Amino acid sequence: MHAHITRFGPLLFIVLAAVLPLAFASGYQLFQLTLVVAYALSVLGLNLVTGYNGQVSLGHGAFYAVGAYVTAIMMDRWDVPYWATLPVSAVVCAVFGFLLGMPALRLGGVYLALTTFALAVAVPQLLKYKLIDGWTGGVQGITIIKPDAPYDLPLTSDQWVYLFSLAVGVLMFALASNLVHGRIGRAMVAIRDQPIAAEAMGIDIARFKTLTFATSAMFTGIGGSLAAIAVQFVSPDSFTVALSVTFFVGMVIGGAASIWGAVFGALFIEFVPNIADHLSKAAPGAIYGVILIAFMFLAPGGIASLLRRWFARLAVK
Amino acid sequence: MKRRTVLTGLGGIAASAMVRPAAAATVGVTKTEIKIGNTIPYSGNASSYGVIGKADAAYFQMINDQGGINGRKINFITLDDGYAPAKTVEQVRRLVEQDEVALLFNSLGTANNTAIHKYMNTKKVPQLFVSTGADKWGDPKGFPWTMGWQPSYRTEAQIYAKAILENYAGKKCALIYQNDDFGKDYLGGLQDALGKDFEKHFTKLITYEATDPTVDSQVVALKDSGAEVMVSAAIPKFSAQIIRKAYDIGWKPVHYMSNVSASVGATINPAGPEKAVGVITSAYQKDPTDPEWANDPGMNEWRAFMKKYIPDGDLADGGYSFGFGVSMTMVQVLKQCGDDLSRENIMKQAANIKRLDVPVLLPGVYVSTTPDNFHPIRQMQLTRWTGKTYERFGKVIDAT
Repeated sequence: MHAHITRFGPLLFIVLAAVLPLAFASGYQLFQLTLVVAYALSVLGLNLVTGYNGQVSLGHGAFYAVGAYVTAIMMDRWDVPYWATLPVSAVVCAVFGFLLGMPALRLGGVYLALTTFALAVAVPQLLKYKLIDGWTGGVQGITIIKPDAPYDLPLTSDQWVYLFSLAVGVLMFALASNLVHGRIGRAMVAIRDQPIAAEAMGIDIARFKTLTFATSAMFTGIGGSLAAIAVQFVSPDSFTVALSVTFFVGMVIGGAASIWGAVFGALFIEFVPNIADHLSKAAPGAIYGVILIAFMFLAPGGIASLLRRWFARLAVK
Repeated sequence: MKRRTVLTGLGGIAASAMVRPAAAATVGVTKTEIKIGNTIPYSGNASSYGVIGKADAAYFQMINDQGGINGRKINFITLDDGYAPAKTVEQVRRLVEQDEVALLFNSLGTANNTAIHKYMNTKKVPQLFVSTGADKWGDPKGFPWTMGWQPSYRTEAQIYAKAILENYAGKKCALIYQNDDFGKDYLGGLQDALGKDFEKHFTKLITYEATDPTVDSQVVALKDSGAEVMVSAAIPKFSAQIIRKAYDIGWKPVHYMSNVSASVGATINPAGPEKAVGVITSAYQKDPTDPEWANDPGMNEWRAFMKKYIPDGDLADGGYSFGFGVSMTMVQVLKQCGDDLSRENIMKQAANIKRLDVPVLLPGVYVSTTPDNFHPIRQMQLTRWTGKTYERFGKVIDAT
């Protein structure tokens, strides 16, 4: 039973995720699901560096912003097709992450958290900086045009953007899954849990830490690119500190050091604020807080770990 | 039997189509209801603006309690966007595609409204009376489905230009502005009002960046230009610096300051209340805390509304009176629509408001639009900082 779930579960999930929304979801719901994919990639990126590798980052909104801006600038200024912006965005964000990973080597725990947090605080203002505002559009941001389905496919633009994002998401999740379940993933976890032992085993800690940071930034940056294509608009105000904290919430709620956790975390950060707003206009923040605490009590290791325990119990029966 | 039912049904549809040709186009409208959507930050950094959404909702509740508009009740759906443009897009798509509102009303924030600007105009859904001061909301040719409400920055600058022409003609003027959309709206407004004489009056133009740490050097340069009149298009932090620096270097120009910086807490106190004496800015709303309006019938109407519908609301918060005024404008448009509540007619009536006096606006300030003019409020009165409060002076100035 358990083996079947692990083998066919993801495949079934992908097929359902592709087919059901096309059949039943409205344009607005497809848009929401596209954002879920974008958030899932971003949370996954954060999960790689924080969940698996133990380097706490509160600044991943910055990579998300860079990814979104790379896509927006390329589409708007240079008329590059949307799909072609993703590899560029991945490279730019990876380089950016690598550079940030260097000082991160010297900082650990709360100090690294604070440093990355500073990055998140700085980004909205840096985006308005005059030397680059010819590209970034300054405060007013950039509006981009939503791509239509190619080859005269009988799909609406929303359906196409969702399918495209889902395909990118599945590919990236498969990559991440391979990464963490292999030699590199074991090294990442070893560095998190027992850095001294890991070094004694011959793991090059500095190299792994910086490369993890770069990979993490790349995942989050691609998430940002997909979001920009769906939202059709980027501006400095889209990428405030709150966004970085939101990703962190998504990672913890979904389940740190879990690939599937990123999906649950993304669903949480996309839909729970709407529920909170629905329950109370006076204090949606307070309702959100209560739901957050409730989740921490009911699923202390994140939603992914809760489900894992349920499945394990099913398998035993 | 079945066939007959179908035929009768078809006949009925045809007949109703003949009687009321617009009926098919009335999205979000039934015989008993008009659905209106809204986004505003109820959470996050800008959640203090949430009071405007509450006031809007309460105002429509009051209208419903009085029987609605032409027998229709307003179903006001207001959603939290946390001031995040991506969330605004999501919520607005929900309102338009899922809830199927007739129109979007009073959505707040410049970036937030920019994010949905194209969408609303492609979908041809009215985006009415948005809460932002940018000038671009009044562009009937480029964006015929969007309209602002409050005086735009550009309108405000036109008013300063008129005041300068009347009182300080022939004096050297200088402008300092933030180098972005916001600041450039002021430059545009001054140029509108002065035309080709702009360069004759304004001999010194200088910019600063929102990311600059200080504007001290710019102020020194302005002083050295020998200007006797200064217009500053700046946000509170920089307005405070400008006031303080000008005072400290002994420069005393006539100072017109953008009214986003009018706040005593954010601008005047940091600059030093005594250093700001004489600074001129502008207003279009009655300040709820101004003793002059303590017994004003218009403000009492608002206070009675507050007492009944938002009893725990802070009566010093101008957001509530703003919401009251903008909602009243919305209701006026719907009344004018009569029974034709198609989106086309809603837009047509919104562009055809004939002098609506709104009790929370200053005497002489009113709402009016035409198909060529999507700037509903175009009058303001100047106010001067006396060291303790602002004092309005002179007559209301019309920008058009």
